[in-house]
Amino acid sequence: MAKVKTALGASLFLLVYLVLIPWLFRDQPYRLGVLTTASVLSLISAGVWLMFYIGRINMGQGGFALVGGYAAAILVSKLGLSFWVALIGAGFITVVISILVGLPLLRLKGVYFSMITLSLTETARLAAQSLSSLTNGTKGILNLPLPGAVEIAGFTLIPDFASVDKHFAFYFLGAFLTILGFAALYRVVNSRLGWLFRSLQQNEDLASSFGVDVPRLRVIALAICALFAGIGGAFFVTMQQSVYPATFTFQDSTYFLLYCFLGGLGSVWGAFVGTFVLFLSFEMLQGLNQYQPLIYSLIMIGMMLWLPNGLLSIKPPFFGPGEPKKEEARP
Amino acid sequence: MTPMPMTSMPLMEVKNLTKRFGGLAAVNDVTFAVAEGEILSVIGPNGAGKSTLFKLASSFLAATSGKVFFKGEDITSQSPHIAARKGIVRTFQETTIFRNMTALDNVVVAHHLRSRASLPGFFFGTKTAREDEGRFRESASEILDYLGLGDVKDMVASTLPHGHLRALGIAIGMAAEPQLLLLDEPFAGMNSEETAQAIRMVRGIRDRGVTIILVEHDMSAVMNISDRIVVLNFGKKIAEGTPAEIQNDEVVIEAYLGREDESEDRTCTLKP
Repeated sequence: MAKVKTALGASLFLLVYLVLIPWLFRDQPYRLGVLTTASVLSLISAGVWLMFYIGRINMGQGGFALVGGYAAAILVSKLGLSFWVALIGAGFITVVISILVGLPLLRLKGVYFSMITLSLTETARLAAQSLSSLTNGTKGILNLPLPGAVEIAGFTLIPDFASVDKHFAFYFLGAFLTILGFAALYRVVNSRLGWLFRSLQQNEDLASSFGVDVPRLRVIALAICALFAGIGGAFFVTMQQSVYPATFTFQDSTYFLLYCFLGGLGSVWGAFVGTFVLFLSFEMLQGLNQYQPLIYSLIMIGMMLWLPNGLLSIKPPFFGPGEPKKEEARP
Repeated sequence: MTPMPMTSMPLMEVKNLTKRFGGLAAVNDVTFAVAEGEILSVIGPNGAGKSTLFKLASSFLAATSGKVFFKGEDITSQSPHIAARKGIVRTFQETTIFRNMTALDNVVVAHHLRSRASLPGFFFGTKTAREDEGRFRESASEILDYLGLGDVKDMVASTLPHGHLRALGIAIGMAAEPQLLLLDEPFAGMNSEETAQAIRMVRGIRDRGVTIILVEHDMSAVMNISDRIVVLNFGKKIAEGTPAEIQNDEVVIEAYLGREDESEDRTCTLKP
């Protein structure tokens, strides 16, 4: 019964996400672009969510996304690789960097880990500014080409983005990556990996007492987190066709946290719901843009006071039928 | 040399173990051994270095000098999870459990070492991984039943009463199938009836073939349960022997009661 419900919820969600939304916004490329951005931001936030899940507050996700973005841009513009290779390459490079950074940093707990990751975004930004032979410094890398076609044995798997409506193409690519990311996250959380991650969140010493290699698992979690950031960053940069040191800033890093908080840390879909609700509502309230940090801070404080477990902890699921029924995620 | 009561190779051997925190030697040149199937207690006044010794033996702390051998193999200053993989499992004081999981899930997670699947295997939910989870659930139920937690296994751990939490901590330790189980103050905060029950439980675990080292304050429980006792004071081992020997050891009595000659007082503290 529960399985039928999950399958029904999931297919309903996919119907809305992949058919209804693109159809509704078929003549509004700007709005479709906003929704695409929301997708990719939710994917990046999902990494932060996973770090919450092992009990670490990652305030450096913007830095990892920036690494992914620059990696893709450099691979495409300097080495002339295709976007698809660069996308995978960007994910790989971000993961490698996250492992190198994570091995020492993950020894820190609580607020110390947060503080050091907070500086990671700044580090990434400054690196992008000063490594100008590679990154063009503050000028950034402009005019990135659109993703080309993918053909297998003469059969066109993915068309050249320049030959079709690129807004649709990016929307579907973003949605595909996001679905893939969240499906992976769902598997992680609902397998023994999820149990292990939850045990790390609650007590690392106890976990190691029965043989869990805690340092290794922490690095794996950070690598997954960074993979999401790297892929998301590479996609975002390609969509914008440019990357600057300020493409992902410290502010973005904190927004990713807020998206997770808002959606809820107990449910896999928390990052998705949080990102869409908050990002889209802000897009609708354009006039408030200059107050965005203020309002986000107030929402953050309000959430902690009145809704510490996020929107998804509210019982009647009023986010529309599109949202798959959440598993009663064991926090 | 310390007399060793066993002829075969000891299960764990601690040799000249020292741990310094700055200038303070919390554990100072301690040597002892535990034989397979033994229940060995480590006692001592507050600040004697019991907890530090406990953490050194379970690899939760790195030693300054000295060695720890397990089945003849040098395991000094390994990572705790490596020690667990070799068969040395510790429990924690008080309420160190996974509070948000049910009692059963606490123990199921703790079966980790028996997983045959790899991390990708978990992710893709291979047949092996799924079979393992089924087996773990059965085994966890059995352990909980054995420790008298069968009725509360589906309760969230944070809602369990105090006595059950201690047993749950031991159940988590048992799940890893230890050869050597280190118990950190298993009888603390228990009344005499609960202590008697807990003593039966610990003996039962030993009878299942698990060697036990415990650190404890409750003197009557220690005298009751131990095969041998190691006494620490100011980081040094001051005595080792059977409960009867320890109770009549002048040095031990002095450490606990100070240098005084009122023999009635000391007997009521150290005798069961």
